Amino acid sequence: MSQKVLDALKAVHGGAIELLETQHGDAIAWIKRDQLVAVATWLKTSPEMAFDAPVFATCIDRLDWKPIDVPPGVPVYPNSAAWTDAGGKPRFEVVWQLRSSLHHHRLRLKAACPEHDPRVPSLASLWPAFNWQERETFDMYGIQFENHPDLRRIYLYEEFVGYPLRKDYPKEKRQPLVRRDDLPMNPIKAPGEGHH
Amino acid sequence: MGVELTTTRLEDAAKWAKQSTLDRATNWGRKFSLFTYPFVTACCGMEFMSVAGPKYDIARFGAEFPRFSPRQSDLLMIVGTITEKQGPALKRVFDQMAEPKWVIAFGVCASTGGFYQNYHAMPGADQVIPVDVYIPGCPPRPEQVLDALIMLMDRIQAGRGHSQLRDKREQVIAEAAQNE
Repeated sequence: MSQKVLDALKAVHGGAIELLETQHGDAIAWIKRDQLVAVATWLKTSPEMAFDAPVFATCIDRLDWKPIDVPPGVPVYPNSAAWTDAGGKPRFEVVWQLRSSLHHHRLRLKAACPEHDPRVPSLASLWPAFNWQERETFDMYGIQFENHPDLRRIYLYEEFVGYPLRKDYPKEKRQPLVRRDDLPMNPIKAPGEGHH
Repeated sequence: MGVELTTTRLEDAAKWAKQSTLDRATNWGRKFSLFTYPFVTACCGMEFMSVAGPKYDIARFGAEFPRFSPRQSDLLMIVGTITEKQGPALKRVFDQMAEPKWVIAFGVCASTGGFYQNYHAMPGADQVIPVDVYIPGCPPRPEQVLDALIMLMDRIQAGRGHSQLRDKREQVIAEAAQNE
């Protein structure tokens, strides 16, 4: 079933595809960033695809990722030879999972972006349910979704600096909003100076 | 510094023996009429319900009355994980409570952050407000909660709660400021 979707995608938008693969029966299509919106629009509107149900959107941080147990010659993302984006090994995989309630088939869209340019197009205008999911992905990974209607933090407070689910965010790092001022690690204030 | 802010139960009992009759009567009244504000944020809430329910029955110790307004309560039970984002809210709830007031950190998350050692979880509610009694456990057994309550009652009777020691605390802070 998943192969049918991939075949159709290859026939119609073959030029936009980086790589097609299946994992555990789920179809995965790596799409070039600049053509993602065109592909997604076709996936939503064409009657034979009819992807009407957005399932989730998220991101995978491939910092220092190395493929294991892959025979030589087999293309492996993101070290694949199929990768054409200039700018080196892509660090982030942005993922959108789609489902069609009409045809009962599924497709996982992936777009890769490098660390120095973490931009991908937003799909929130096609599937409004991706609005908050993309905001969460921005909140946690710092992915800039272009043409997103309201791209700002959704879970964390505005004072938060950095993106905590990136693999290089220090595990011990805290960004407190308030602290007692009489704790050993905090400076002791004189009486009358006020507790925050 | 010169002033002890932490005591054992035995020291509390010795302190109790030295109180004036009025203090002793006041603190006796306080310890048997604790109005609880349950600041329930996580799964420990289930165990709090168990303690409050008829089987373990925290009412036997006079602390059965949960008040959902901090202005009417004098025991803040922090039940569950406190996130950094919740810090200002917790601090505000505590500030709204009338003196004297006491705080119990219920469960390991409220005490130390528990297994949440990452960007969002506060490493213990005592980062924001002073905590009198810590209850370990994930979640704690109801017997542990009752033991903590009895421990707190002993401390209230001895006048050794954080809130009751505020004058002493300010003295310590003033001494530290002088030494700088």
